[in-house]
Amino acid sequence: MHEMSIVEGIRSVIEEAGQTQGFARVTKVRLEIGRMSGVEIPALEFAFDVVMNGSLAQGATLEIINLPGKAVCFDCEENVEIEHRLDTCPRCGGARLLVQGGDEMRIKDLEVL
Amino acid sequence: MCTVCGCGGHSVEDQFKAHLEKTGQAMAAPTAPLAVLAQAPASVAAHSKPHDHGTIDAQGAECTHDFHLGRGPAGTEVPGMTQARLVEIETDILSKNNNYAARNRENLAQKSVFATNLVSSPGSGKTTLLVKTIEMLGAAPLAVIEGDQQTTNDADRIRATGAPAIQVNTGKGCHLDGAMIEQALARMPLPDGALLFIENVGNLVCPAAFDLGEDAKVAILSVTEGEDKPLKYPDMFAAAGLALINKVDLAPHCDVDLDLYESNIRRVNPAIEVLRVSARTGEGMQAWLDWLRAGLARKAS
Repeated sequence: MHEMSIVEGIRSVIEEAGQTQGFARVTKVRLEIGRMSGVEIPALEFAFDVVMNGSLAQGATLEIINLPGKAVCFDCEENVEIEHRLDTCPRCGGARLLVQGGDEMRIKDLEVL
Repeated sequence: MCTVCGCGGHSVEDQFKAHLEKTGQAMAAPTAPLAVLAQAPASVAAHSKPHDHGTIDAQGAECTHDFHLGRGPAGTEVPGMTQARLVEIETDILSKNNNYAARNRENLAQKSVFATNLVSSPGSGKTTLLVKTIEMLGAAPLAVIEGDQQTTNDADRIRATGAPAIQVNTGKGCHLDGAMIEQALARMPLPDGALLFIENVGNLVCPAAFDLGEDAKVAILSVTEGEDKPLKYPDMFAAAGLALINKVDLAPHCDVDLDLYESNIRRVNPAIEVLRVSARTGEGMQAWLDWLRAGLARKAS
């Protein structure tokens, strides 16, 4: 249930940006979430509505950009794209994949007023 | 805030002054800003155009200065342009935690301290393993930070060995974070060249995402948990640098396949090191101590 802490992180970034960049309301929040980040999107969406209450982003729309999982295969030594951490290599079928991307959790941008 | 170029200020007029200064233009007339804003100039050059009320006439309004710009949600209006603007953030959601973690890492590096973040499900034997480790390390300087939702039981068990320990109770929290470790470090003596053990809250999910400033996460998995645990909770094993398969003395009683444990861990993280230990009998513990000492030697160099 660390989606709640994650959203609290988003809230504090937004509140800080509101002060430094001078906006009073956020209407949309766009996040980049990697497939391997371990973030459960429905839980994040639920937490978002709860945690943003009373903040600049109260009632804001949440848009999530899914980023693919990237891995290097120890067997065929190629960089491949995967859906899940336990996928086998889509090229050679090897099971030894080292995940190298897709654990992103970033706030991309905000639509503000 | 000017919705055209983003220049600051509080009142519309001030903003427009700032806007003109920014775009290198003199203010034509004190009444100009509102009208010019209403024209939604598309280019910088358009800002200095003398204003007329063409657009307002076209909308059927009277040619006076009594018109309202503030009906939109932003309290101002720039026709032809949506009131909302986009602010690039490009920040890691956990950047605040990562800042704390980076500070902790720097502090620990200055003291040549080798820090491990011990993560596992509740009941895998983290505290027993730590107690045994401390006993075997003898006089080596070390300190322990214990994370649990409630009670000081674990810190009490560590203190009983004579080692300094501080308990962090997270309340409802499911993991330790960088700020908690910073506070804990401020309250405990940590000699140069010490080993720091951070025993995280028993939880195989959330602590994976929170960097504390440690040198390595050590995932502990006991043989009673089932061979497929690394596959069920891959994030933690993916984040760890070392996995300890604990309670191997129980393996014969549990019908478990230790090789399958190991291959499932490597399936999730091909780069991970794996050691088989029993904190109770001491089996395999020497290899774990060697791993710790090697880490400490790397920090000292």
